[in-house]
Amino acid sequence: MNEIIESVKNLSIGFNSQKGKQISILRNVSTNIKKGETVGIVGESGSGKSTLALAMMGYIKQGLFPLKGKCLFKSEDLLKMSSRQLEKIRGRKIAMIPQNAGQALTPNLKIGYQIDEALKLHTDLNKKERDKKISELLNKVRLPSPETMAFRYPHELSGGQQQRVAVAMALAGKPDLLLLDEPTTGLDVTTQAHVLELLRFIAKDTGTSMIYVSHDLGAIAQVSDRIVVMYAGEIVLEGPARKILKEPIHPYTYGLLKSIPKLSLAGLPASMPGSQPQPGSINEGCSFYDRCNLATDHCKKNSPDLEYIKELDTNVRCFNHKELINQNNNLQTSITKKSNNSEAIEVLKLKDVSISYAKQKFFDQLLNKISDQNPTVKDINIDIKKGETIALVGESGSGKSTILKSIAGLLKTKDGQIKFEKDRILSSDLKKRNPNDLRAIQLIFQNPDESLNPNHTVEQILSQPLKLYFNLSGDELKKNIIDLLKKVRLGEFYMSRYPRQLSGGEKQRVAVARAFAAKPDIILCDEVTSALDVSVQAAVLNLLQQLKEDLGTTYVFVSHDLAVVRAISDRVAVLYQGRLCEIGPSQNVYKFPSHPYTEVLLGAVLEPDPDIKPKLVAEDIVEEKPPEKGCSFQGRCPRKIGDICNSEVPPWQIGENGNAIRCHINIDELASLQQ
Amino acid sequence: MLLLILKRIGLGLITLFIVSLITFVGVEVLPGDACTTYLEREAYGAALDACIKRLGLDIPAYERYLDWASNVVRGDFGYSLSGEMPINEVLGPRVKNSLVLASVSILIGIPLAIVLGIITALWRDKLPDIMISTITIFSMTIPEFISATLLILIVAIWLGWLPGIVIIPSDATFYELLSNIILPVVAISMIMTAHMARMVRSSVIQVMASDYVQMAILKGVPYWKMVFRHVLPNALLPAINVVALTIAWLLGGVVVTEVVFNYPGLGRLVIESISNRDLPVVQALAIILASIYVGINLIADLMTLMLNPRLKSLQIRK
Repeated sequence: MNEIIESVKNLSIGFNSQKGKQISILRNVSTNIKKGETVGIVGESGSGKSTLALAMMGYIKQGLFPLKGKCLFKSEDLLKMSSRQLEKIRGRKIAMIPQNAGQALTPNLKIGYQIDEALKLHTDLNKKERDKKISELLNKVRLPSPETMAFRYPHELSGGQQQRVAVAMALAGKPDLLLLDEPTTGLDVTTQAHVLELLRFIAKDTGTSMIYVSHDLGAIAQVSDRIVVMYAGEIVLEGPARKILKEPIHPYTYGLLKSIPKLSLAGLPASMPGSQPQPGSINEGCSFYDRCNLATDHCKKNSPDLEYIKELDTNVRCFNHKELINQNNNLQTSITKKSNNSEAIEVLKLKDVSISYAKQKFFDQLLNKISDQNPTVKDINIDIKKGETIALVGESGSGKSTILKSIAGLLKTKDGQIKFEKDRILSSDLKKRNPNDLRAIQLIFQNPDESLNPNHTVEQILSQPLKLYFNLSGDELKKNIIDLLKKVRLGEFYMSRYPRQLSGGEKQRVAVARAFAAKPDIILCDEVTSALDVSVQAAVLNLLQQLKEDLGTTYVFVSHDLAVVRAISDRVAVLYQGRLCEIGPSQNVYKFPSHPYTEVLLGAVLEPDPDIKPKLVAEDIVEEKPPEKGCSFQGRCPRKIGDICNSEVPPWQIGENGNAIRCHINIDELASLQQ
Repeated sequence: MLLLILKRIGLGLITLFIVSLITFVGVEVLPGDACTTYLEREAYGAALDACIKRLGLDIPAYERYLDWASNVVRGDFGYSLSGEMPINEVLGPRVKNSLVLASVSILIGIPLAIVLGIITALWRDKLPDIMISTITIFSMTIPEFISATLLILIVAIWLGWLPGIVIIPSDATFYELLSNIILPVVAISMIMTAHMARMVRSSVIQVMASDYVQMAILKGVPYWKMVFRHVLPNALLPAINVVALTIAWLLGGVVVTEVVFNYPGLGRLVIESISNRDLPVVQALAIILASIYVGINLIADLMTLMLNPRLKSLQIRK
């Protein structure tokens, strides 16, 4: 158990800047991987975690080069090997499971061929034995019908299945060490939990060591024995998983854990100020100095070394770590939201809304209607009250973004009405809406990189809605822009910046400011925090909440992340395949009894706590289309009672908590089943 | 799949029908008719009447279109005005000449372009890439009438190795043709190869940077095996459509080169018949060139469909 199989010694990796300066993105990293151990490497984007992981396979990305140090695999330095020698090690001794299996499988080659390739390279089996081995491997990663799976192309598989194929491929060479680079990022919650469970099983079954790289402390907590926390290219904390997660003694890790929204906690997570420094910008002192609330003058001038704390078996890079010992109780706190100030006035009402993506047939085009018996989104009835935050949650394909687009007028509805301010029907055609209605409903997109015009300065971006809706110009326009920037906590000097000169969090703030520029009544938020790092996400959530409390805006908040939704929303609507399953006040939806689908979703959430294991109650099958009859969740429901689920649409039942559930099982019975 | 092919062929036929209508209508709405444009100053009295009679211009336009169209479908394009001979006889040798020129250029140019593109991509920013890329950009930017003239000056006049202009009897054998067309082929290939090599280069570079190539490297796949199995099939797929357009261009669009070398191909016939106001021939050429473009693009699309598993299963599922 104590045999070290790979050891990184004082590794620095960097690149030459345009000014000819050497800039390091990994600085003096040392760590050991023991046999049979799973090490989680965690950090936010730009922390150097992927660079470190790839270096452990002797792979340095183009443009980068090692500045000093070694990567010793069984006492041989991978960074000094020829590509011939590396080919013998990669796939055979160290194998990789990539982040996005959909893009990491070669599109023109069948699954079977790609696994066979690894077998041919790394084993001495003959053709017949290899064929047998392929179906064995596919079976081991629990893919359905492994015999036919081998003859399929990567694009014919779902995301979760592709990830399983990548695992099978990595196992083909019987490696001693598995490298996993964000293997579950981008998968749906339930799929993610299933893949993690598979990985845990494989680690135990084969005794392979694993390096698990992720930004997601929830996933890391589920698999790791030991955790390495990276910040700005350095290891800042390293130790046994339980100690790191329960007693983090580095202020960065402490803040990171506090900034993660948790299912068990209502209210918003605390945010960390600032963002990670750019590579090359730190000259002296601690790299976390700017964001640290324990920082002293000593930290500004001197950079701390990794210090070993015996009683916790932990290495920490902080002068003041003692102040954090025994602070762990504070991890389970959050900022309480101001009580729901929603008045009983209805601002938006979705009535029997159905939306179809089906192509219009020729005659339907003439008659300007859509005849689709089984539309993507069907029978949506939601009343949204002024000043509330209503969240739509569900996995990919649940129709949540589709509904948002329809409210914004970007997508035509098939049936039903969207009513604004009591009884005024909003046309489903954007061109027919009047300018004031357009102003009243604003949209914030998931990815600010794509929603902000890269050729416009922040001033230009923010002046557009002000000019369009309020005809402002000159000093008044400028004053309004500065006010808006102040609202989203950005200084006046940001006006002349271009989006590329801003960090991810700052860009999203600009996007938020742009939405608020129109003085809207309703803001539609489409996965607004999904592209952000955890610590930045908390800050954006807090900002949105603050703005809402000040201005009384209504949010329709779409997210796949149940913990984020728990933190921000007043009311939650759970969707599956474009049909509502459950709707109610958020504190009640997160309590039982729930709709079986809500139960599945809640069970699959990964918490950054090794003691809370996900509960896998349903298979992670992917359904391409909603069923034509009956309950939308019939295909995956763990509590299915029989034919009635297939034939009849379940009735709405209202629980004593006030959450409405659409299920054939009696609500009291559901409660007792879920106890 | 079969349904899809039929659908595409049907669409191609509709395109051709529209092209034929446009050319026919275009000729109709021009001031004067085929006879007045052709006879010019003699367009009066008996000569004009005879011409009108001979071409059947006295019957209504739609009837003439139907007549003409049904003959075209049977492969008969009617008579040319200037040569007073069947258009098929005018076209025959030209089509053959163009085919020879195009196929030799394709056989040399396309493999060369692919090889050069791959070399420049794999040795990106190294000596082979810098050298080859400089040459390709050079030959891309020099207009063909300059490069063709320079070729004639150096190879034909100074060195005297090859004839400067092409003089071939219509019954020339393939071999005789071959020695005559070396210079035109070189002139055409310079531009064509350069363009295509640049395209292949960027396509290979893009695929080399993809996640699945990084994955193949990390799987331990040897370099050249990775290049042939994981990179090239995916990188060359988009090249098919470019190759198709190039072939179509070679058959009808190399006008400048044909004129410089005096090569009797289809491109020059287009120019000649337009300046001779030989409207029946112009009509025939429009149809033929349109069919070439439609046909070759159809083949290219079908090939992409067959070779790209992603599109293939998409079609089957539908």
